[in-house]
Amino acid sequence: MSSVSLQQLSKHYRLGSVDVPALSGIDLDIRPERFTVLSGPSGSGKTTLLNLIGCIDRPDSGTLTVAGVNVLALKDDALADFRARHIGFIFQNFNLIPVLTAFENIEYPLQLTGVAAAERKRRVNELLAAVGLADRAKNLPGQLSGGQRQRVAIARALATNPALVMADEPTANLDSHTGAAILELMRNLQRERRMSFVFSSHDPNVLAMADDAVFIRDGRITATEQRTPEPAA
Amino acid sequence: MNAFSLALRNLLRNRRRSLTTLLAMLIGVSAILLFGGYSRNIDLGLETGFVRGSGHLQLQHRDYFLYGTGNPAAYGIADYARIIDVLERDPVLAPMLTVVTPRLSLGGIAGNFTAGVSRTVFGEGVDVAGQNALQQWNDYGFPVAAQTSPLTGSAPDAAVIGTGVARVLQLCEALQVKNCPAAQATAHDAALGAAAPDDIAALSAQEAGQAGTQSPTRIELLAANAHGAPNVAGLTVIKAEAMGVKELDDMAVTLHLRQAQQLVYGQDAPKVTAIVLQLRHSSQMPAAKARLAELLAGPQAGAKTPALGGTPLEVHDFATLNPQYGQITGMFAAILGFIAILIGGIVLFTVSNTMSMAVVERTVEIGTLRALGLRRGGIRRLFVCEGLLLGALGAALGVLVALGLAWVINHSGLTWLPPGNVDPVPLTVRVWGEPAMILKTAIGLMLVAALSAWWPARRAARLAIVDALRHV
Repeated sequence: MSSVSLQQLSKHYRLGSVDVPALSGIDLDIRPERFTVLSGPSGSGKTTLLNLIGCIDRPDSGTLTVAGVNVLALKDDALADFRARHIGFIFQNFNLIPVLTAFENIEYPLQLTGVAAAERKRRVNELLAAVGLADRAKNLPGQLSGGQRQRVAIARALATNPALVMADEPTANLDSHTGAAILELMRNLQRERRMSFVFSSHDPNVLAMADDAVFIRDGRITATEQRTPEPAA
Repeated sequence: MNAFSLALRNLLRNRRRSLTTLLAMLIGVSAILLFGGYSRNIDLGLETGFVRGSGHLQLQHRDYFLYGTGNPAAYGIADYARIIDVLERDPVLAPMLTVVTPRLSLGGIAGNFTAGVSRTVFGEGVDVAGQNALQQWNDYGFPVAAQTSPLTGSAPDAAVIGTGVARVLQLCEALQVKNCPAAQATAHDAALGAAAPDDIAALSAQEAGQAGTQSPTRIELLAANAHGAPNVAGLTVIKAEAMGVKELDDMAVTLHLRQAQQLVYGQDAPKVTAIVLQLRHSSQMPAAKARLAELLAGPQAGAKTPALGGTPLEVHDFATLNPQYGQITGMFAAILGFIAILIGGIVLFTVSNTMSMAVVERTVEIGTLRALGLRRGGIRRLFVCEGLLLGALGAALGVLVALGLAWVINHSGLTWLPPGNVDPVPLTVRVWGEPAMILKTAIGLMLVAALSAWWPARRAARLAIVDALRHV
């Protein structure tokens, strides 16, 4: 069963009086528990596709099923709740809440989903240790390096044990050494926790780590690659 | 991390802007509270003055209030002593009462026939002990000593007149009234009025003869008695008092109740035109009125105290008897309301501007929170909480500053002359001890601040997530 299934998904943007197609007739199945990379040049539509899969944007037409749920049928509040429980986000610019400490940033999605305080504390400490920031729990984002911030963002994305983690060029704002370490961390966590990670990236290092690769150009899928076999039934 | 804790941290992100907004609210709250305290002080000062002068309630003959001033004698309360006794013994009323005292109003002509001058006056016969007891009322703790009536311990024929009466009757020198210029010679006759008619002069001469040696402050007070016939009382003026209002200065004559009753009723049974009731607290007026209405309606079944059923009386409160009370308090309430609306408008735009800037600055953060699963309502709540918190902090600081400034003003020794007063009174601002005013102002400001934040919060909540995340 697919983690994400898209059929004839289209999205247009309006620029003044001009209708600009961002995605046209996308059909795609994303396998569960895989490290999937959406790759393509700038303006190809990979971020738009990532946003649609992440349920933070709506298509003009087509169907979209995430974790078995027809998300296009959900109203705004229900969709927000769905994101809180089933989807984690890692952003290019980390997007941590600047007034919250590392601990509180990771804890925030757990609060949204109503997890009890003791369980929150246990999970956050476990995640801080997993990303190597156990000693930075009380630091505000402004007191952390870029790599450390992205580690906090990764921990935040994993906090609710989501079915799907979306990452939009997560290493683009990091130096190559830190970027490689972050990629390694995400790859390990994805395997350990058996989650589906979907990246958008044109970084060859990211592409090299992918289980599955989806190539996009001019709003259309030009090729897909499944580099690892289906797990045994 | 609850919404208020997060709101507080967000407010501290841009301290200068938050402080500027707080300062605007602080000044607004202080201004409202200080003017409100000043206005409240005037309200209570007026109330105290009127309650000291004419009690909380007056029992009068029905229709006296509307028609009786032209002929007070016709509206006398005959068995007033029994009525006072009933009131003072009533188990419901008695615990509320501090003073019950009779009063007789009369109209007449006061003449200094030695000087050949006279003028129309409005006389009031008072029970001096009752009058002094009325003056003791100070439920709001004003730093002004109770005044003792000049008639205290005086002879039965003693009287106190307004300075205007003294001026016209040429008694200023004898009574040592300051700022009392003599009338111009050319306008003398017109100013002093016509000479007394012969029969009145004869009555005056008779009175003067009875009084023995003529005092330099001796006047005669002519009034119609209960049967419509003229009667004259000889009075010795012991003091001329400034009343604060020229119309009163030019008309007032206060004399002993017994003297006034002899003038109006002669050998008939004495009457009064009002029974003045002073209560311990003004808040007891509705209960006292209700009880009086019961007593006036007639005896209750099984009642232990006799009622006043059948007595043609009606009850008036001090606000009805002194319409200027409502006019002045209403005027100050309108000014305070106007100031509050102005300040509310300023706070509305200040907080709204602050929150709008915060929304713009935190657009990406809003997008992030929405992506993480925060509902639109959560975003709205976040910004409204910030507005509410700003309002609460502004209100708390404003109250503290207002209390401090009020203390400074109240201890500065400043005085002012209220309308109708003769002597300056301390300028006081009543903020401390007015929890209702403080609470209303603080809650009002918090609501305005929350309302100001609501529109930017709504705008923030409606942002498209992908647009917010792309915001630069």
